[in-house]
Amino acid sequence: SPHSSSLRPLQDIRNTVGNIPMEWYQDFPHIGYNLDGKKIYKPIRNKDELDMFLEKMENPEYWRTVQDKMTGADIKLTDEQVELVHRLQRGQFGDVHFNPYEPAVDFFTHEVMIHPVTNRPADKRSFIPSLIEKEKVSKLVHAIKMGWIKPRKPKDDTPTYYDLWAHEDPNSILGRHKMHVPAPKMKLPGHEESYNPPPEYLLSEEEKLAWEQQEPAERKLNFVPQQYRCLRAVPAYPRFIHERFERCLDLYLCPRQRKMRVNVDPEDLIPKLPKPQDLQPFPTTQALIYRGHSSLVRCLSVSPSGQWLVSGSDDGTVRFWEVCTARCMKTLPVGGVVKSVAWNPNPTVCLVAVGVEQSVLLVNPCLGDKLLYGATDQLLESYVAPEEERVQPVQWVTATAEQHGKGVRLLVQHSKAVKQVTWHGKGDYFASVVSDNSNMQVLIHQTSKRWSQNPFRKSKGLVQCVLFHPIRPYFFVATQRYVRVYNLLKQELTKKLMTNCKWVSSMAIHPGGDNIICGSYDSKLAWFDLDLSTRPYQLLRHHKKALRSVAFHKRYPLFASASDDGTVIVCHGMVYNDLLQNPLLVPVKVLKGHTPTLDLGVLAVLFHPTQPWVFSSGADGTVRLYT
Amino acid sequence: SHPPRRLCILKGIYPHEPKHKKKVNKGSTAPRTFYLLKDIKFLLHEPIVNKFREYKVFVRKLRKAYGKSEWSTVDRLKDNKPSYKLDHIVKERYPTFVDALRDLDDALSMCFLFSTFPRTGKCHVQTIQLCRRLAVEFMNYVIASRSLRKVFLSIKGIYYQAEVLGQPVTWITPYTFAHDHPTDVDYRVMATFTEFYTTLLGFVNFRLYQSLNLVYPPKIDSQTDAELKPAEGTEYAMDSESYLEKLSALSASLARVLAPAHEDEMEMDEFPVEGETAEQMDARKQEQEALEKHKKLFEGLRFFLNREVPREPLAFVIRCFGGQVSWDKSLCIGATYDVTDPSITHHIVDRPRVEPQVVGRYYLQPQWVFDSVNAKLCLPVADYFPGVLLPPHLSPFVTEQEGDYIPPEKLKLLAMQRGENPDDESEEEDEEEEEEEDDDKEEEEDESEKEEEMKLKKMEEQKTQSNKALPVKVTAGKVRLEDKQRLEQEQQSEEKRLAIMMMKKREKYLYKKIMFGKKRKVREANKLAAKRKAHDTAVKEEKKKSKKARRA
Repeated sequence: SPHSSSLRPLQDIRNTVGNIPMEWYQDFPHIGYNLDGKKIYKPIRNKDELDMFLEKMENPEYWRTVQDKMTGADIKLTDEQVELVHRLQRGQFGDVHFNPYEPAVDFFTHEVMIHPVTNRPADKRSFIPSLIEKEKVSKLVHAIKMGWIKPRKPKDDTPTYYDLWAHEDPNSILGRHKMHVPAPKMKLPGHEESYNPPPEYLLSEEEKLAWEQQEPAERKLNFVPQQYRCLRAVPAYPRFIHERFERCLDLYLCPRQRKMRVNVDPEDLIPKLPKPQDLQPFPTTQALIYRGHSSLVRCLSVSPSGQWLVSGSDDGTVRFWEVCTARCMKTLPVGGVVKSVAWNPNPTVCLVAVGVEQSVLLVNPCLGDKLLYGATDQLLESYVAPEEERVQPVQWVTATAEQHGKGVRLLVQHSKAVKQVTWHGKGDYFASVVSDNSNMQVLIHQTSKRWSQNPFRKSKGLVQCVLFHPIRPYFFVATQRYVRVYNLLKQELTKKLMTNCKWVSSMAIHPGGDNIICGSYDSKLAWFDLDLSTRPYQLLRHHKKALRSVAFHKRYPLFASASDDGTVIVCHGMVYNDLLQNPLLVPVKVLKGHTPTLDLGVLAVLFHPTQPWVFSSGADGTVRLYT
Repeated sequence: SHPPRRLCILKGIYPHEPKHKKKVNKGSTAPRTFYLLKDIKFLLHEPIVNKFREYKVFVRKLRKAYGKSEWSTVDRLKDNKPSYKLDHIVKERYPTFVDALRDLDDALSMCFLFSTFPRTGKCHVQTIQLCRRLAVEFMNYVIASRSLRKVFLSIKGIYYQAEVLGQPVTWITPYTFAHDHPTDVDYRVMATFTEFYTTLLGFVNFRLYQSLNLVYPPKIDSQTDAELKPAEGTEYAMDSESYLEKLSALSASLARVLAPAHEDEMEMDEFPVEGETAEQMDARKQEQEALEKHKKLFEGLRFFLNREVPREPLAFVIRCFGGQVSWDKSLCIGATYDVTDPSITHHIVDRPRVEPQVVGRYYLQPQWVFDSVNAKLCLPVADYFPGVLLPPHLSPFVTEQEGDYIPPEKLKLLAMQRGENPDDESEEEDEEEEEEEDDDKEEEEDESEKEEEMKLKKMEEQKTQSNKALPVKVTAGKVRLEDKQRLEQEQQSEEKRLAIMMMKKREKYLYKKIMFGKKRKVREANKLAAKRKAHDTAVKEEKKKSKKARRA
């Protein structure tokens, strides 16, 4: 700049690089070249922030020090230069002596002067028509004559309408229209949208709060109902344009689909079943309560004559009841939790098998006909020990005199706790289930020979319960998820039934022997038709809680299931002799009575052998009879 | 990628929900929209695509010319602006006229909305003007054909339902206020829709006018035109400008191509439909008669609208039902008579009180007109006087089914429609009012009532004493019978429960769902009823309190 040059004429270190961005020299030690072509080195700057600050504080001239970008040197501005900067900042002229308000002289006025501004005579061409223009015009005229250029027509923007549907031909409708899904119409407004709705449609304070807290998409109404005194007071609806816009979006962005609205009368859905009245007899009312046990009653059994009932409880007793009078005939303390009781099904034998802890007791209750129970004792005593001692999985022990007095005749001592005892139909064999994980879970015992054997070589899982076929030599073993059917004569597996349940709890067989039912802890009851398939014919989900026990009636087409929800459901289960006709299952009665205690409801259920009566025992320590 | 938006809107292409979503979506269940391949291919063959391309080129050229400041080029380009027509698309989308009528709801609502937009910004002025013109034409058609059926003043706007050639057409118009234009709305989408809707509505209007033998574009009947002219004088600049306004005043009848041949009075021949019993025919005939009566609801009545009343909707509704309507000359063009006209029967007012009341006319709030239309009869005027607390305005679109909650006002209205005129509640209220008027009388009455009560009490006491004196106890004899019934009911319900247990899983689910829906409906109805009851008792108590306070 001229000022800097005039300031330092002596040491002329003018930078000659020209008007270029000085960043180009950023990485070099020099900053350009002087007039002699020598490098101008950047002044050494070793000031850090602190030095800068100190200088700012101490140097009184700091404010007028400026760095020259071209040379990198610090320059102190003179008073004149400072003055110039101030003037420029104020928007004044740099030159002090310049007067911006000189008196103006009007050269041209609106008044017509008598003298021309210039004295030049007019051109000749201004008097002669232009040839070029003539040529152009003639070209245009020619183009118009030839029809190349059409004169502009004033445009009419207003659309014209006519009868578009004048020739309606229903046959010419495209196939597209047949699959066209017309857009659903907007929902028509209800009373709540009125500007003056009935008062019940207005939202209360809580409802308003709830409305505000809901997501806009979840709200049932997309507005808050409001009441205005008169039409004059109604304001504009702020979301009007929004709603139209959303409708537009719906129209062109929403996928459309024809949905079949389910228009079913719910009554039609209920299956038409035969009336329970027509399926009588079945137990309907609670007739008797057998009280006496002080803890849950886990198991029940009834004598083949139907006169006596035996129940085993957690209080360590087995009680014998007379069915008709609910009188406790006998109490047998066994000193342990009774897991299972089973009355011998042979009517000529009076014997009860009781599973207590690790042993099975064979008890002669000494009830009923004296000849009968005397004969039973004789039968048991007629046993002659074989000459060779055979190795048995259990120990057969004759009862002591004290036990004999109470009725216990024989003890079959197992190595593990006994879960279940069940008799074969003839009354000589019985099977016991032991809670174990080995192949010793199921044992079959013969009473007359006091002889036990282990039918299985391998364990197939935790056995829940076992069952003898009433007629044929079949043996049913229920593990957690499957029921295996073994042929005892051929000693082989004949069938494996899939229960579709998580954990089977109980099992019962139809007296005909072709159908079995399985109760499970996941509150399902599976009905199997053995001839039909290995999968359940029907899965009944009647109970709300785990099933504990299931039972068939020996004569009537009835079966019952007991559950932890405290109910016993009696169903009609008709099995036809005709193989083509499927069994008919109809629930006929829900029996309530037991009060659930400790989350347990009814633990055992059993039918009377001859009458349509059902016994149930529950966690409340009672046994009930429904007739 | 998404198909072109404008084309989709104009051609009415929408996504489809596939039957097997996973199959189509290559196994993924992520939400995606699917178009039918056929639809998209169908878009390609549309001749309008070429027009769109031309338009795109035009816009590019125009922008370039602007950038270069070549104004002559700009002018030339603008003159040759490519234009396109949507006629064939309308015909293609709605092959029959009835199809078009069925889809008219959205078109009308949109046109009525756009016609209220300001003439600046947001969209082209031409579009707004066109929308206004079409809306006015449609309203004039509805008036001429007397096809309006229902009106509803909602907080969102005013709903109208007309029956056009047997098709119910519903549309909503906003209240006439300036719009607070939202920023999160894409006006281009709305404009594209409006472009199509205006075309559709234009053709529909043409056809509708033709069906009534009216001139299209509509012309005001020359006779009424002449009547209108002297009233205005030279206040309006040009005839052409004021024409649409005169039309939109809705006060003049339209010119016809042929002189009206008294079609309305022509009796319809009766063609008995096969399989129809005499009762059904009678019912149909009665319905027809009721409809005719409804159409002539305001016939012979002369209305005058005060200036604070929304003019257009009221004029539209009144004219639709055969009434005559006018307003202040300074309010709008097209006023036919003055406030001072002695033949005015109803004066619609929306202010708390009217000072100089003219004898011989009812001063009513505007809700009366709408409620009367919905009730299909002229309602008693007493509830609608200026300053009176209005009865609730009910939606005419709700038809309550069995089990739904019906507000008591609706019950009252239904009774009135059946012809059971005297309703007890209003009488009671009247009595109360009378009571309020003269307190002294009431007090006397009160005293006499108290005396009567005392007497009654004494009688009762005597009776109970006599009862006590008798040695025999009376036992109910019918208890057993009831028990039997109950037993039977219990048995039936148990049977049902057992049958439900035997239902299949899927059916059970469906059954439970249906029953849940039913129960919810009942619950909601009960809730509304309870709310109403609470409200009524609160109101009554307040009344009592105020009465007491006044007495004190």
